[in-house]
Amino acid sequence: MLYAILCYDSEDIVGAWTKEQDETAMAKLGEVQAALTHEGKLGPVARLMPTTAAMTLRKGRESLVIDGPFAETKEQLLGFFVVDCVSLDDAIDAARRLGAASSSGGAYEIRPIAIFNPGIGVT
Amino acid sequence: MTELAWIDLALRSARPRALGALLRYFRDLDSAEEAFQEACLSALKKWPENGPPRDPTAWLIFVGRNAAIDAMRRRKKQTALPSEELISDLDDTEAALAERLDGAHYRDDILRLLFICCHPDLPATQQIALALRIICGLSVAQIARAFVVGETAMEQRITRAKSRIAGAEVPFETPGPVERAERLGAVSVVIYLMFNEGYSATGGAAHTRAALCEEAIRLARLLLRLFQAEPELMGLLALMLLQHARASARLDADGAIVLLEDQDRRLWNRPLISEGVALLDKALRHQRRGAYQVQAAIAALHASAARPEDTDWRQIELLYASLERLQPSPIVTLNRAVAVSKVHGPAAALTMIEALAPQLVGYFHFFGVKGALLMQLGRAEEGRVALDRAIALANTPAEAAHIRMQIDRLLKERTPSAAVRAR
Repeated sequence: MLYAILCYDSEDIVGAWTKEQDETAMAKLGEVQAALTHEGKLGPVARLMPTTAAMTLRKGRESLVIDGPFAETKEQLLGFFVVDCVSLDDAIDAARRLGAASSSGGAYEIRPIAIFNPGIGVT
Repeated sequence: MTELAWIDLALRSARPRALGALLRYFRDLDSAEEAFQEACLSALKKWPENGPPRDPTAWLIFVGRNAAIDAMRRRKKQTALPSEELISDLDDTEAALAERLDGAHYRDDILRLLFICCHPDLPATQQIALALRIICGLSVAQIARAFVVGETAMEQRITRAKSRIAGAEVPFETPGPVERAERLGAVSVVIYLMFNEGYSATGGAAHTRAALCEEAIRLARLLLRLFQAEPELMGLLALMLLQHARASARLDADGAIVLLEDQDRRLWNRPLISEGVALLDKALRHQRRGAYQVQAAIAALHASAARPEDTDWRQIELLYASLERLQPSPIVTLNRAVAVSKVHGPAAALTMIEALAPQLVGYFHFFGVKGALLMQLGRAEEGRVALDRAIALANTPAEAAHIRMQIDRLLKERTPSAAVRAR
């Protein structure tokens, strides 16, 4: 079974880490990731940019693009896509196409990825 | 991370929001600061025992407000002390409070707090010092170090600024859209000044100065999270991130300035550059051009050139021209002239800047650029005069040393034919 492990924390606090604190945290996580890779368990890993870089596409008959992250609490995170696009407009367009294909409401948050490690191909 | 380090970070990041809300209750900066201080002391006592609250900011506002009301009552020699038991059991109250404080309230609270510190009546240095002290919570000693002044002098500067704004009327009603936009504009200016104060410095205090850049970035992030659809705010944050990304390549081991074209580009901070570019992309979608966005776009073009010779000077020249229209200033024109010299050669650039001479007689960069252009044209004697003038006008020894280095290089680079012509 594949599992996604989603990371939640206070952006204020993580964003206020010093370079050293950040590097220490990343190094510790790196060790565990190395072990998981060795065990053949690790798939893609991504660290997202701060929410200030995010856009949100509200799905619906007429999709609506707004600045900022997805902020509602009555919807839950159901999945995610990673797309490689030449521009933000291109990424928004990809989100629009995906949105048009799923009939339900909800939203897509479009957030640039800061660090991406494709991992070993877990299947 | 240790628990204490976590609490410290949590208090620091809650500070602007909590202080902003407390200021709305008490309408007085000193009372708000005192209340926040009290709340922090309680937090240091309670959080290690009970674990951190779900919403640290709401907790601090609630406890700070109660502590201050308490103190006021005591001062009035009244009895009624609800204190400890009541405020120690916060779970439900805290959740309800967090709900009420969400969103809109915070926005105007923080903006008001920032705006008070950035009050147009204050000189820029006082605005920055006050913002660092009150909003960012830096100690007077830290701020004094960053400005390279004595602690007593800084203490006085902050006290003076505080008494000055105590007399200034800042309305506490929810601001209208026009007023909000004006406040955002004034606050953005001071944030960028704070950044530049840290950025333009050289010498031993480099790392304490870098703290100013980081605080400015933190404030811009905070504002952008509250005002998510403001393209100029995105532009400002992008601009600062793109410039800050070059911080570790800007000074050499002796603390001397390293020119953009000489910097080791491997030292540039790539994640910051990508974030800056991502923010700029977002801003440009609004199609509401502003000076910060244009400057960020220029910085992005520099940042995305793998080598100096890959720099898209033609595009940079166009952007400076557009900045000239948005924000006419001889310094912007001087910068455009540098781009013009790369695209159309030194003669065209020299013609452009000669018109600026009366306005920039006291500006060392003007003579630096002029001298370099004259040298490139083989007019060595005149070039030398201009560069000597630049050295005389330099603000710091590092700037003077930088010009001298430039002279040495220009003399070396001059082709033999140019040297002959100069004679």
